[in-house]
Amino acid sequence: MSDQTTGVPQTVTRAPREAAAGEEAYLEVTDLQVQFPTADGLVRAVQGLSYSVPLRRTLAIVGESGSGKSVSSMAVLGLHDRRVARITGSIKVGGREVVNMSDKDLEGFRGGDAAMIFQDPQSSLHPYFTVGSQIMESYRAHNNVSKRAAKERAIDMLGRVGIPNPRRRVDQYPHEFSGGMRQRAMIAMALVNDPKLLIADEPTTALDVTVQAQILDLIADLQRDFGSAVVFITHDLGVVAEIADDILVMYAGTAVEHGPVNKILGEPLHPYAWGLLESIPALTGEPQPLHPIPGTPPSLLAVPSGCPFHPRCEFKDRVPDDWCTTLRPDLIPRTADLGRTSRCHLKEPDKVFETEVLPRLP
Amino acid sequence: MTAATTPAKSGVRSVPGAPLLELDGVKMHFKAKGDGLLARKTQWVQAVDGVDLTVSPGETIGLVGESGCGKSTTARLITRLLEPTAGEIRYQGVDIAHMSERKLRPYRREIQLIFQDPYSSLNPRHTVGTIVGTALRTHGMVAKSGELARVQELLEVVGLNPEHYNRYPHEFSGGQRQRIGIARALAARPKIIVADEPVSALDVSIQAQVMNLLESLRQELGIAFVFIAHDLGVVRHFCDRVAVMYLGRVVEEGPRDALYEKPQHPYTQALLSAVPDIGVVRGVPPKNRIRLVGDVPSPVDPPSGCRFRTRCWKAQDICATEDPALIERAPAQRVACHFAEPPAESILAETA
Repeated sequence: MSDQTTGVPQTVTRAPREAAAGEEAYLEVTDLQVQFPTADGLVRAVQGLSYSVPLRRTLAIVGESGSGKSVSSMAVLGLHDRRVARITGSIKVGGREVVNMSDKDLEGFRGGDAAMIFQDPQSSLHPYFTVGSQIMESYRAHNNVSKRAAKERAIDMLGRVGIPNPRRRVDQYPHEFSGGMRQRAMIAMALVNDPKLLIADEPTTALDVTVQAQILDLIADLQRDFGSAVVFITHDLGVVAEIADDILVMYAGTAVEHGPVNKILGEPLHPYAWGLLESIPALTGEPQPLHPIPGTPPSLLAVPSGCPFHPRCEFKDRVPDDWCTTLRPDLIPRTADLGRTSRCHLKEPDKVFETEVLPRLP
Repeated sequence: MTAATTPAKSGVRSVPGAPLLELDGVKMHFKAKGDGLLARKTQWVQAVDGVDLTVSPGETIGLVGESGCGKSTTARLITRLLEPTAGEIRYQGVDIAHMSERKLRPYRREIQLIFQDPYSSLNPRHTVGTIVGTALRTHGMVAKSGELARVQELLEVVGLNPEHYNRYPHEFSGGQRQRIGIARALAARPKIIVADEPVSALDVSIQAQVMNLLESLRQELGIAFVFIAHDLGVVRHFCDRVAVMYLGRVVEEGPRDALYEKPQHPYTQALLSAVPDIGVVRGVPPKNRIRLVGDVPSPVDPPSGCRFRTRCWKAQDICATEDPALIERAPAQRVACHFAEPPAESILAETA
């Protein structure tokens, strides 16, 4: 025990994110479609997805399993096997088109300009090589430097992500690291080439809350230092509320709601987003019965006609003329608020939310 | 549930006036071999080291803590999938900690388990009818002729189509599979269900459906639950009482509201302060998160005295020498800390 025992806990407050100016988009996805032909038919994993992320901003993509959030992000890094996946549309990273980029160009692009952090650090670190050698490999693939220099860089990165004793740790194997430390090592590996775009796919889902909090802070700090654009994929709306600037809600391969976090989580306009908020038990106040979305997410082999959410939507009766079952709504501004869009036919969704949904939120 | 079945002949003894379930100083130490030069020296992983817990009929008690704190091992001890190395597990006053498999059979019926992973806890080669029916047959719950009817009734109770009894697990979604697991547990008409992270593998909307199902079972059937989860919101929603575990021990235990609003153990306070809160978008000020130093120590060689002291900001010399007992600090709220006190201000900001 050291002098840390002062009787007062060290606390950190996650400062509210200052709204970065609406700069030019670094990542721009336009009408992205990802399809996988299978023996059972065509899996339409992503259908017409468009979004953009400027530098220094964080976009959170939320959705349930099978909503296309991971598939679309893997497409951004060109990680799909072209023999299996059909990708159309456009993905521009720093002005470069990623769709149909040659394998050789992709090699330079991945891990250089854009990097990814995966959910499970246990399976994305190679158990046979030391943590340091894996970070060095990533650095040397993009920089013509000596092994010694690369090792210094690896040690420096491990230190920056908060691993104690980096000089000793650099020669250890992944199994000698705890879960939180492995995730830190993964982050060090992803950031070793100062990527301008960082995609984090459920980076804290496998971690405990106290460790999760540290990793979230780390990603936010590094983003500030490196000035990167961050795409954060998660299903935890609490995490989104604390770390993201913008949010994209996905359902059955499409975006159903998109806009600034405060708006989308504070006063969402899409019934699916309402359902998500009503499914999360609160940490304060008298526990209310949960009001879950009925049914299950659709199979991507047979996405429902019209609005893909209509089979589970309790508001579809309010829309005239079977629009919900026949007409796919567009992702458009639904209220006077121009900074946000939603994909729904329901009339005056802001009023419905305020009078009917808000009172029963947990 | 209405069932035209006779209750199985019970071999369960009970002591009048005893609580439904009582854990008394339960320990589970696993043998582990050391590395290299130490290979000869046997080490003991102290997964659970002296847990006391009481569950009354119809009560739900939540068990929270981070990975490696021993909550799943505790679940396996209560259900006697593991035999404890020390301590007593009393079911209605009768110690079942070291009971033979044959004598244990009737107790197994009354204490059921629901697993976390709905994908690996169902036999892929058995139909749902067989999976649920096996539980009925093993415990002699119904006559052979009535088995199918009872299976269908159970499927209906958990919200599945009773006509699907001849389907295989792979034909169901994750949430539906979890319902099959629940039907299997209910088949034995248990008095207590130990649910080990029953909703953590499910999507948010499905998670809420399963939670509501468990809630209705609890109310209609009066089953007691030991509910293990790492999601503090889920536990708060479902449980009457909550116990917080750290490194094999219960460090704090009390009524739900007291524990969430006035946590007295530093670890409970740190845990609650770390939960991301969606309230910030509704204008709740960001909370002060307590920063814990270092990692959880190894359960092979836990710190002397209080196990949390290596990461605690209140630690003094006494913490290293004297193991704090779990004692009552507020009505029904027991805390194992020499310096237990409620936080100066609420850790969870009030939603306006």
